Amino acid sequence: MDKQRRKFLKVAGATALAGISAPAVVKLTASDALASSEHAAPAADAHEGANGHGDAPKGIRLGLVIDMRKLYGKPELLDKAVAACNKAHNIPHFDNKKDEIKWIWKAPFENVFPEHSQYHPADTAKDNDFLVLCNHCDEPPCVRVCPTKATFKIEANGIIAMDYHRCIGCRFCMMGCPYGARSFNWFDPRPHVKEFNPEFPTRMRGVVEKCNFCGERLAKGLEPACVEAVKEDEAITFGDLNDPESEIRKVLAENTTIQRKPSLGTKPSVFYIV
Amino acid sequence: MIEKVLKGNSKYWMWLAFLSAFIAVGAICYLRQFIIGMGLTGMGRDLSWGLYISQFTFLVGVAAGGLMLVLPYYIHNYKVFGRLTILGEFLAIAAIIMCLMFIMADIGQPLRGLNMMLHPTPNSMLFWDMMVLLGYLGLNIICAWVILTAERKQVKPPKWVYIFVYASIPFAVSIHTVTAMLYCGLPGRHFWLSAITAPRFLASAFAAGPALIIIACLIMKRVANFDAGKEAIKKLTTIIMYAALVNAFFVGLEFFVGFYSNVPGHKHALQYLFFGLEHHGILYNNLVPFMWTSVFLCFGGLALFAYMKITKVYNELLIGIGCAGIFIALWLDKGLGFVMGGLVVSPLDEIVEYVPTANEIGITLGIWATGILLVTLLFKIAVDVEHEVEA
Amino acid sequence: MYNKGTIIPGLAIFVLIVTSPLWLNAFMTGSTVPKVELPPGGETKCIASATVMRSSHMQILNEWRDDVLRDANRIAVTVDGKEYRKGLQMACMECHTNKEKFCDACHEYVSVKPYCWDCHLSPTLAATKKETL
Repeated sequence: MDKQRRKFLKVAGATALAGISAPAVVKLTASDALASSEHAAPAADAHEGANGHGDAPKGIRLGLVIDMRKLYGKPELLDKAVAACNKAHNIPHFDNKKDEIKWIWKAPFENVFPEHSQYHPADTAKDNDFLVLCNHCDEPPCVRVCPTKATFKIEANGIIAMDYHRCIGCRFCMMGCPYGARSFNWFDPRPHVKEFNPEFPTRMRGVVEKCNFCGERLAKGLEPACVEAVKEDEAITFGDLNDPESEIRKVLAENTTIQRKPSLGTKPSVFYIV
Repeated sequence: MIEKVLKGNSKYWMWLAFLSAFIAVGAICYLRQFIIGMGLTGMGRDLSWGLYISQFTFLVGVAAGGLMLVLPYYIHNYKVFGRLTILGEFLAIAAIIMCLMFIMADIGQPLRGLNMMLHPTPNSMLFWDMMVLLGYLGLNIICAWVILTAERKQVKPPKWVYIFVYASIPFAVSIHTVTAMLYCGLPGRHFWLSAITAPRFLASAFAAGPALIIIACLIMKRVANFDAGKEAIKKLTTIIMYAALVNAFFVGLEFFVGFYSNVPGHKHALQYLFFGLEHHGILYNNLVPFMWTSVFLCFGGLALFAYMKITKVYNELLIGIGCAGIFIALWLDKGLGFVMGGLVVSPLDEIVEYVPTANEIGITLGIWATGILLVTLLFKIAVDVEHEVEA
Repeated sequence: MYNKGTIIPGLAIFVLIVTSPLWLNAFMTGSTVPKVELPPGGETKCIASATVMRSSHMQILNEWRDDVLRDANRIAVTVDGKEYRKGLQMACMECHTNKEKFCDACHEYVSVKPYCWDCHLSPTLAATKKETL
């Protein structure tokens, strides 16, 4: 009797354990999980230079070129771009700097490009703020570190997106991002949103958020809100970096551009003409 | 065996009541954070990991430190540690439970914690950290319980349990290695981006864990009539000395790399921690007194041990002071300086200092009190079983 | 039987607690089946029949969520010549502008608390902070 009971308990225990771990094992062995680890691993490319830029990958990869020459001396244009984004995405405003949520914002040259700091910077760099946003990297460290795939790369267009339904708020992605592009909702954001865009959700407390390259506007055939806001001055070019015929490629071919912290091998999709 | 925790003298109950008071305060603070939000902490957009994660990191080390008792006893058959290994395993259990509590306190959506298992992500080090921590917790529960039960019945432990004992040894190393990998694989966090992070973590763990066990033994000798044995304590102090020295050596190497290479990113954190960092005419030096306290306590403890070794003195008070000094030193180094130093310069090259809020400290103390309570209960079981066997 | 005095009252209390939902249901009012109403705009068609929507709107919403967020598939669903954009705010609430009746009435009745509205805006809430020109 006693022996049977012990045997039963053993079997029951083993079954329960197997039941608990089964979903994880099934998901891990499914191709989905492996695929995500594949593209997250840094590509080993024989022709890579010091910054890891080898041959550009195929497929659509959306990117931005910010032509700062057209924005120098016009801080109101930067504000316009930032405001357009804030409005489109129901971004809350917090007075306390530590609680801030920022998708696109402006910052001085020495903060945006710390590796380019020098004793005698150009006047344009000294006197102007620069636009900063998520770089939608080709090798995103934030995606690599996320424990739930709540942030991931959309293979169809190269956008680094967030699934707010899944984020557990561990903020590991904020540690991984070398550009400070991510914000955490320290408080409930809703009371701090000035006006609601009824087409877009807000976020909830306890999740990380960031620029989504206006995926919802692209679906409607519109350009990102920031690009549209400064359209008249043609300051920002948006397009497919992998399409040799695209306008953004023309701009890249005709100008010397710089990226933020290229030496980290993240391969940013946002370029600056300074 | 669990009934052992229900019998104790009035001092025992007073101690539990004292700890429970802290736990109650911590629970209230956590409830506030759960309802109002993580904004109640001192963390912010630029410095988004703080006290919780740093305590987690330190306590993973305490858990791994039990290895210094298990390994000599089971691999090298070093019999002197016979009475201590169970304490090492119980300490590891309590420390890992504290780690898990700190993680739960730190995440913004604790109710979604299971997403880690529902959407397993092998490219995330946090996923692997969860795996090894849960594995190590399970191994220690199995080993400690089976071996203690066998001891109580005065029979040899079943052979199969040794498989788990031997498995727990690489697991102990892995928990702290993977915890270090949370930090040392992040581009742009120069202070953490160092291959020496994992070895440094292990060295400080192998000093901090045994130091805590010695302190517990010295206390239990007075209040619970449990004698670990002079030779065991002496051997442990030797282990602590080597481990603390290796840790100090590794910190010295970080200093060399940072200051000799003169790469700003590599030296900023050390500058901030030990001398204060100047930026736009403002000196940021919140942690300087803490870090120098750490240095003095570490070398003070080492000097004390060295003095006792040379003069062949065995004084329990001095040993206790030395262990407490080294434990606090390592806590300041890893449980405070490592995370906050590494984050002080934001990705946009701004300097943001972090000061934990009262609510945050309340939760932290509450979790520490929970851990100490667990250690008390588990050690009580271990000691009472010993007494029962002796009687 | 030992300790009759404690065991029997104890058992009675236990049974009372276990059956408490039945008692609460019997003596409390207010849990009437919610009445179903058509949306205020008079729309009668949806992407699927009312039965299907009632039983599986949650699966559809989850599928849409994954399509839109994870797979960048925002292509609108066309049913009977009408286009529906994939989205709670952009499709469902366009017709069912009264979230309080359309969602909450039933969810409260069956005591489920979906977290949709932690982020998504109901038309009523969106109207509270409207663009002021």
